[in-house]
Amino acid sequence: MTTTTAVTQTSAAVTLAEVSKVFGRGSSAVRALDRVSLDVPPGEFTCLIGASGCGKSTLLSLVAGLERPTAGTVSAGGRRVALMFQEPALFPWLTAAANIELALRARGAGRSERRQRAAELLELVHLGGFGGKRPHELSGGMRQRVALARALAQDADVLLMDEPFGALDAMTRDVLHEELDRVCAGRRLTVLFVTHNVREAVRLGDRVVVLSSRPGRVIAEFPVPIDRPRRIDSAPVAELAAEVTDRLREEMTRHGG
Amino acid sequence: MAADAPTPAATTGHVFPGGSASEAALAGLDALDLREQRTGGLPARIWASLWPKVLAIALVLAIWELIHLSGYKKSIFPAPGPTLANLWDQLHTGLLWHAIGTTLQRAVIGFALAILIGGVVGALVSRIRPLRAAVGSLITGLQTLPSIAWFPFAIILFGNNTTAILFVIVLGAAPSIANGLITGVDYTPPLLLKAGTMMGLRRLSLYRFLILPASLPAFVAGLKQGWAFAWRSLMAGELLVIIANQPSLGVLLNTNQDQSDLVSATAIIIVILIIGICVDAAFGAADRTIRRRWGLTASA
Ligand SMILES: Nc1ncnc2c1ncn2[C@@H]1O[C@H](COP(=O)(O)OP(=O)(O)OP(=O)(O)O)[C@@H](O)[C@H]1O
Ligand SMILES: [Mg+2]
Repeated sequence: MTTTTAVTQTSAAVTLAEVSKVFGRGSSAVRALDRVSLDVPPGEFTCLIGASGCGKSTLLSLVAGLERPTAGTVSAGGRRVALMFQEPALFPWLTAAANIELALRARGAGRSERRQRAAELLELVHLGGFGGKRPHELSGGMRQRVALARALAQDADVLLMDEPFGALDAMTRDVLHEELDRVCAGRRLTVLFVTHNVREAVRLGDRVVVLSSRPGRVIAEFPVPIDRPRRIDSAPVAELAAEVTDRLREEMTRHGG
Repeated sequence: MAADAPTPAATTGHVFPGGSASEAALAGLDALDLREQRTGGLPARIWASLWPKVLAIALVLAIWELIHLSGYKKSIFPAPGPTLANLWDQLHTGLLWHAIGTTLQRAVIGFALAILIGGVVGALVSRIRPLRAAVGSLITGLQTLPSIAWFPFAIILFGNNTTAILFVIVLGAAPSIANGLITGVDYTPPLLLKAGTMMGLRRLSLYRFLILPASLPAFVAGLKQGWAFAWRSLMAGELLVIIANQPSLGVLLNTNQDQSDLVSATAIIIVILIIGICVDAAFGAADRTIRRRWGLTASA
């Protein structure tokens, strides 16, 4: 939860302690998360990886405060949390720039500051000339980049990203990886990044956390001791990715594929 | 909007901070993504939207003429030629214009009141849960009630005057408008609501910047339906509530009926039809503009 009165005030930016989440009741109940414990230190980039339906989006919703855990505690220690959804979730009645400006407005920025910051953020995601476009006039990748700019506009300490680049082509994704590296280094952002792509996780993360199939549980953690700047096709990244993939595969076969 | 679309040259010409080859390639990809939207010139577009309507009018006139030629009620049935001539003549009298003025004034006032009341009721009902339970189905019930049924009530309550007519217009149109807004609020995509909450939009700002704009298409649809009800109620009202010395389209129709002047009556009906179609077309255009802006149309 994003409450300021966090009792378990630890050094971590985000803390999940024995968190379970059950949707529904009775026979139709779905246990999405099962006693997940996870600490994300401030400024760390943590990648979450796991099979589809294992509760990754649910975990982010809990940290964002959009859902309440069934059991356990979730805390972001009163930090500002921004969430980039699995879909761009842009407002279709606003232009790209106005979408970003609304986020700035919500946190009280004045008119001229909004203009200027929105233009800067659009430049940052390489969409400088597209501020006047409406979401439906942009490609899927461009929309995701506007969504990234909008998330950054919230000036949060903790950035939650739910498979933000899943729908992008490799080229665009590589550029945005570089961009994300730069943004995080510049702001000491704490990032919780969900992905299906093991290489992407290793390319970006300081740490890769593997969740089991539903119900999600933390089954392995891999620190990523690879110097930056990294490339997704470099040997050390590929090597560690193979290791993580093996662990994931083991988990899947344990569940009968 | 389309006016400030950057040219591909402007995009690729950008100097990116630390611009790598892949970033330049990204800009190139983006330029490809920008589909050029080329539409024909204005006259061509006007013609494209006009010819089906011209055809429809021609078809109606042809059928009308055929009925006339078939000799049905030959002595009294109005033929298209004389009717249109009659309309032309009436358009040169102050009386018809005066009547149109009176009727439109009532329509505007009544519809504006309906928007105000329907909007406020819709906003309240959509946000306040107990109110929804109490009033929600009542609004839908009112919507199905033919508003003409209210006239005896209104005439007894207010007398033979404009207030009675306005009262019935509001009762006819406001439920549709309220329901349009309620539908819009209900169907605000939950994902967008979550996005708004994450941004820090709360209560009033959430309503103002997210829920209301998201409801706009449904609200306009409600307005369009509300207008149809308002226009019908108004015509019924002007036929039933006869106010002395105030010529309106309804009064003219009544006079024609008294004088068994079928040709003039038909001419007035054409006027009423045209006004109704024009206003409906305006709402249709507003609806299309919104859909185009939101990207809800299949193709631009
Ligand atoms: N609001 C909800 N109501 C009921 N069940 C839900 C709800 N949200 C998620 N679930 C269920 O919880 C489980 C985890 O869902 P979640 O969206 O967190 O998975 P995920 O790991 O993000 O999957 P993916 O990788 O495909 O996005 C799924 O089985 C899903 O059906
Ligand atoms: Mg998900």
